[in-house]
Amino acid sequence: MSKQYLDYLDQLEAEAIHIMREVAGQFEKPALLFSGGKDSITLVRLAEKAFRPGKFPFPLVHVDTGHNFPEAIRYRDELAEKLGEKLIVRHVEDTIKRQNLSEPKGRYASRNGLQTYTLLETIEEFGFDACIGGARRDEEKARAKERIFSVRDEFGQWDPKLQRPELWNIYNGHIHKGENVRVFPISNWTELDVWNYIKREKIELPNIYFTHERDCLVRDGKLMAWSDYIHLDPDDVKITKTVRFRTVGDMTCTAAVESVAYDIDSVIAEIIESKISERGATRIDDKLSETAMEDRKKGGYF
Amino acid sequence: MDILRFITAGSVDDGKSTLIGRLLYDTKQIFADQLEAIESSGRLNEDGQVDLSLLTDGLKAEREQGITIDVAYKYFNTEKRKFIIADAPGHIQYTRNMVTGASNSSLSIILVDARKGVQEQTRRHSIISSLLGIPHLVICINKMDLVGFDEAVFNKIVEDYKRFAQKLNAKDIKFIPVSALKGDNIVEKSTAMSWYTGSSLLQHLEEVPVSSDINLKDTRFPVQYVIRPHTTELHDYRGYAGKVISGVYRKGDKITVLPSGETSTIKSVELGGKELDEAFAPMSVVIQLEDAVDISRGDVIVKQEDNLEATQGFEAILCWMHNTPLKPGAKLLLRHNSSDTRCVVKEIQYKIDVNSLDNMENVDQVQLNEICRVFIKTSHPLLVDNYGNNRSNGGFILVDETSYSTVGAGMVVDVVNEKEPSYMI
Repeated sequence: MSKQYLDYLDQLEAEAIHIMREVAGQFEKPALLFSGGKDSITLVRLAEKAFRPGKFPFPLVHVDTGHNFPEAIRYRDELAEKLGEKLIVRHVEDTIKRQNLSEPKGRYASRNGLQTYTLLETIEEFGFDACIGGARRDEEKARAKERIFSVRDEFGQWDPKLQRPELWNIYNGHIHKGENVRVFPISNWTELDVWNYIKREKIELPNIYFTHERDCLVRDGKLMAWSDYIHLDPDDVKITKTVRFRTVGDMTCTAAVESVAYDIDSVIAEIIESKISERGATRIDDKLSETAMEDRKKGGYF
Repeated sequence: MDILRFITAGSVDDGKSTLIGRLLYDTKQIFADQLEAIESSGRLNEDGQVDLSLLTDGLKAEREQGITIDVAYKYFNTEKRKFIIADAPGHIQYTRNMVTGASNSSLSIILVDARKGVQEQTRRHSIISSLLGIPHLVICINKMDLVGFDEAVFNKIVEDYKRFAQKLNAKDIKFIPVSALKGDNIVEKSTAMSWYTGSSLLQHLEEVPVSSDINLKDTRFPVQYVIRPHTTELHDYRGYAGKVISGVYRKGDKITVLPSGETSTIKSVELGGKELDEAFAPMSVVIQLEDAVDISRGDVIVKQEDNLEATQGFEAILCWMHNTPLKPGAKLLLRHNSSDTRCVVKEIQYKIDVNSLDNMENVDQVQLNEICRVFIKTSHPLLVDNYGNNRSNGGFILVDETSYSTVGAGMVVDVVNEKEPSYMI
C-alpha cells in the first residue's frame, strides 16, 4: 500500500466537499436544505470541512411540516446556534393558509407531499438558484438515476429524459432565470457509509435515532409514533414499544423500527444485520405505488 | 478499505442485469423488501427463478420497454472494498450514456455471450472503455452453462479478443468464464470449470490495484473558491479551496499560479481549519500561500518544477451528445474543471467508428452518439493536460450557449501551442 492512500470515507468526503465548493463557485444564491435528519446533519459537517474557517456561503433552510419530531426541531435550533450560521424556517401551515390548500385526508394523510409547495415558495421568496440536499442514490431506484446536479424548471419539476450527462467531476450548473438546481453531494454514499462517517467524525445526533420507549400504533405492519397529527381509526390501539428511527421525516409517514441499539456502534451492527432497506422499513409514502418517488420528483419533490 | 468504481455495459440479452443482480444478491446487498417488490411484479426468468435483472431497471419507461436507457448507480461492499457500479446501456443509440458512465470508472466489465463469441457490441464497449482511458478491462465470458462449461470455447474467445485488443490502450485485460444466471465464478469459484485456475469475478474486483492509477506526479490544483472569513482574528486569511486532481502538495513547496505565472510558497495545507502534513489526489483541501497573490476561481496552482503551459488550441476526441448535429464552426461554452470559456470547433478531422476504431474522413457533421476528432480554439487560455497522461486534467464538457444543455464530452489528445494571435470568437 502506497503512502498516499485514501480510505473510502476520505474519498467520499473529498468528493462531497468538491461538489459543495462547486455550488459556492457556480451559483449566486445557494441554500442547504436541512431537515434535522442524519443525512442533512452529515451535509452540515461536510460544509464545515469545505468552508471553515470561513462562514458557509449559504443559509440552512428548513421546511417545517408542523408534524416534525420535537426532538429533531430542538436539535436543528441548537445546531444552527452552535455553528453560528443562518437558519431560515418556513412552515407548511402558512402555505396551506396562503394558497388555500386542502389538508390531506384519510388513513395515510401526511403533509409530506405539501412540503413541495412550501419549498417552491421559499425558493421563490429568496431567489435560491441551487438547493443542496442529502438524498442518496442507494435509497430508491429513481434516485439511482438522478444526477448530482439536477436541473429543475420553474415548477421544480424533474424530467428524467432531459437530464444532462454528467462526466468526470465536471458539473454543469448553467441555468436560465427561474430555474434552479438540486445538488446532492452524498449521492454516492450508502446508509452504512453515512453511519460510519458519523462515527468517525463523532457527530451528535437527535436522540430519536437511538433506542427509546414510545407510544405507537401499528399501521400496515409498521410502527407509527402515536401523535396528534396521525389519522386514527376507531380500532387503533396505543402500544408502548422499544424503538428507534432509521430515518427522520414527518411523524405521519416515518415509521419506527423495534430496536435496542443505544449507540452508533450498535446501530451500525443492526443495519448490517438488517434484511429490510432503509426506505422500505420506514417510509409509507414510497409504498403507495411502484413509481411513487419518480412521480413525486417529477412534481418538484426532492 | 478503498473504492472501486466500475462500469458494466451491455443489454439484457447478454445477461448484464443478471450479472449485477447476482453480484448484489450473492454479496447479500439485496434487501428482503426489494426482492419482494420484484417478486410481486410477477416477472420470472426461464428457470422460474426471480429475475435479478429487474433490480437495476429504475425508471418507468425502462421497465415498460425492458431496457436500460440511463446510467444507474448501484452500490455494494465487501470487507475489502466499497464498489460503485455505473450500470450503462449497451445499444449503440445510448453510446453517450456509456461514455458518461465510463468517465468515472477505473474498470470496465465487458460481457461476451459464450455461444456467440466476440461481437460488434463487444468491440464497441471495449473501444469506448479504451477511449475513455479505463485502465482495467474484465472480459466476462458469460453463459458458459449453455456451452457445457467447455474450456475450448473459452480459449477460442480469448484468442479472438486478444487479436482485436491489440489496438486498445487498456493496460490490463483479464478473462473470466462465468454463468451469471447460475452464479459460476461470480462470487464463488465454479465447481463446473475446474480447468479455470484464475479468480472469480468478485475476487478480482476486490484485488485489482487501483490506487496506482492515480497520478501523483504532476501537481494540479484548480482553485474552486476563495475562503475569506473577514473576522478580526483572521483578517488577512485567504484560503484557496479546491481539489488536488493530481500530484502531492506540502507546506514549503515553491509554487506557480497559472495562468498569471506569479510565484509563492505554500504556508499551509488544511482541511476544515486543521493543518495537514500533505495533500494528494483526490483530496479536497485548502491551501494558504506566504504571499498575497491575486488568485480566483479557475486558476491552477502547480509546483514550480512542473511545466504546464496555458493553451487556446487543442485537438480532442469528442463524443457528441445532442440531437442537433455538430457542424464545423459551432460556438459553444466549454467547462474544464473549474474554468469556463467560450470555444469554437474549428475543424472536424474525422469520425471514429466505435465498432471498429476505423477513421472516417471528409465529415461535414457529427450526429448524436457519434465520436470524432476535432480541433478546438478557446477564447481564454486553458490549463489542460493530454487525457492519456493525466485523465483528471484532460476531460472537458461542451455546453450549448442558449439551452445550457451538456452537448458534448471531450478528451484532449494534443495540445497545440502556436504563436499566432488567438482566433477571434
